[in-house]
Amino acid sequence: MALLQISEPGMSTVAHQHRLAVGIDLGTTNSLVATVRSGKAETLADHEGRHLLPSVVHYSQQYSPLVGYPAQVRMAEDALNTIASAKRLIGRAASDAKTLAGHLPFNFVDSNASVPRIRTEGGDVSAIEVSAEILKSLKTRAEQSLGGELNGVVITVPAYFDDAQRQATRDAATLANLEVLRLLNEPTAAAIAYGLDKDAQGIIAVYDLGGGTFDISILRLNQGVFEVMATGGDSALGGDDFDHVLAEYMIKESGQTSTQAIVSLALMEARRVKEALTVHDGVETSCGHWKETITREKFNLLIEPWVKRTLLACRRALRDANLDKDEIANVVMVGGSTRVPYVRERVGAFFAKPPLVDIDPDRVVAVGAAIQADILAGNKPDNEMLLLDVTPLSLGLETMGGLVETIISRNTTIPISRAQDFTTFKDGQTAMTVHVLQGERDTVEDCRSLAKFTLRGIPPMVAGAARIQIMFQVDADGLLNVSAQEMATGVKSSIEVKPSYGLSDTEIETMLRDSMTNAQADKQARQLREMRMEAERTLAALDSALKTDAEQLLDATEIETILQAREKLADSCKLDDADRIELAMKSMEKAAEFYVARRMNSNVQSAMAGHRISEFK
Amino acid sequence: MAITLTDAAAERVGTFLQNRGKGIGLRLGVKTSGCSGMAYVMEFVDDLDEMDKVFEEKGVKIIIDPKSLVYLDGTEMDFSKEGLNEGFKFVNPNEKGSCGCGESFTV
Repeated sequence: MALLQISEPGMSTVAHQHRLAVGIDLGTTNSLVATVRSGKAETLADHEGRHLLPSVVHYSQQYSPLVGYPAQVRMAEDALNTIASAKRLIGRAASDAKTLAGHLPFNFVDSNASVPRIRTEGGDVSAIEVSAEILKSLKTRAEQSLGGELNGVVITVPAYFDDAQRQATRDAATLANLEVLRLLNEPTAAAIAYGLDKDAQGIIAVYDLGGGTFDISILRLNQGVFEVMATGGDSALGGDDFDHVLAEYMIKESGQTSTQAIVSLALMEARRVKEALTVHDGVETSCGHWKETITREKFNLLIEPWVKRTLLACRRALRDANLDKDEIANVVMVGGSTRVPYVRERVGAFFAKPPLVDIDPDRVVAVGAAIQADILAGNKPDNEMLLLDVTPLSLGLETMGGLVETIISRNTTIPISRAQDFTTFKDGQTAMTVHVLQGERDTVEDCRSLAKFTLRGIPPMVAGAARIQIMFQVDADGLLNVSAQEMATGVKSSIEVKPSYGLSDTEIETMLRDSMTNAQADKQARQLREMRMEAERTLAALDSALKTDAEQLLDATEIETILQAREKLADSCKLDDADRIELAMKSMEKAAEFYVARRMNSNVQSAMAGHRISEFK
Repeated sequence: MAITLTDAAAERVGTFLQNRGKGIGLRLGVKTSGCSGMAYVMEFVDDLDEMDKVFEEKGVKIIIDPKSLVYLDGTEMDFSKEGLNEGFKFVNPNEKGSCGCGESFTV
């Protein structure tokens, strides 16, 4: 017997054609699945009534992969075959994995594959396959709960996920046989869960403090459209820090030595005290022979530095978005660590308004994803909520001299398409290489290379005559397509950027910070390279002129003078000194002045030969 | 003519209506489709149609169009859980055959 749900007015479906859709919060530590049933969005529990699914997969020779709690219990005894935190690896290159390997207890396969693979008893697996197992498990739970096959899913990803990480997440869904309706940014999902999309407009801050990461996102809502104005945070700050500082305090006060066993015991106790303090004003604790009642005040004092750091990140994000605190209409709390009363208090004081905490902060993202999935599956009447996100880093391409020309700047809302015209650098140039880069720096070496392709078949023309339009398009999922077209002939070439590896939020942050601290150096590098290009162009023009008419217009000493100046200029280009090049260029121009004048005269004469002056009037 | 709700069904419909934040009540109906003739319709109601009949059952307003009513008379609506799945089901004395899954039926 089928079990039926209540539909929106006029939206009931034909029998056996229910549009079943779920939202999935694919988390680093835990994952959740949620759906909308009879108009109510709720996370789905397993047979034991547990909503969270630990994002852990255990591989073995004998049986198919175990997912969730059964995998988690094998973590201690069989760490190498138990994969946790796969999200930290998804969309990353093998080279990134090596730097992460210190923190992750995996046995990486030493191979040249672009995607890092982990050796397990059940075979070599990638982060995509591990994530697919988690998705499959949630899919099964959802289909049992909804009594039918899923039509589509919305999967949430961190706002800072780059193209490669988003694509890898999609690939995992495909492996799990799921149709992805959309990837949704986690902060946007949280805002939707609170129904903030129903307001006409407003600016929303999403404060997401998990166990090990902190993210702040500033969203702008305008007529049902969400736009991410800024993101920020700290990938190494979270509730675990609260545990550590409390544990350290306890060990110090009790006068014990920090052996590994004592530290892990103290950590467990610290976690218990932290959780108890969300409801009690004081909690009794002991460590060895030492006993104390930890008050909320004491705990608040201990965690203050970390809470302060989150608020600094909030301030930075506001500055990035060019906003004042009082322009924020709503503050949404996400992540288990926002249960700490002091966090709520300080965040409330910072934004001068009480934050939204009614929805379970662990589930709020999945709930928002479910609401979005329900709309995208077509279960809501004439609802056209469109969600916009931003590019986390600028996108551009390499121009002559190893400089980067930004086409789409960072924090631009997507989807977006932007075109810019470029031209050829050399006479008769028939091909142009388009090198797509991501980053904030002015020089190619300091940005991240995303893709490279060549446009061929440009008709031979003098340098600067061809018009090549380069189009950058970023779709709603953040995937980039770059095309190049020669406008006269229409020859075209394009590339879909699925970069071979991604960047972590720390790397993005580092790239952003570098661009600030190196602004002056970048400016100088740009000046030097531009000057060098200018000099090379001048040299090329001079050489081509000398070849054409030096013999008719110049005598031997004159040629010698010009060649000497030419030599000096060529030499100056080898030095990293823009001023020297500029100087050499000026003296070169001076040395060749009479030659340029003679060429002009001769050109005019030859143009006028056989014509009367009156014809030119 | 009567349609009844079990306590469980009435409680859930009430919860869902409250959660939705708007709506007059619950529309029950049938439409011709499905693999076996007719299919049940369950929708929230924001606006009444001219011909609609409105009942009140255990505090829940039930709205039915007259055409559907003849097929639904005497039906009891229940809310039940089967494994992880949960939802509403109909016990309809007019039903002579169903498609096996119970989503559609013949009279």
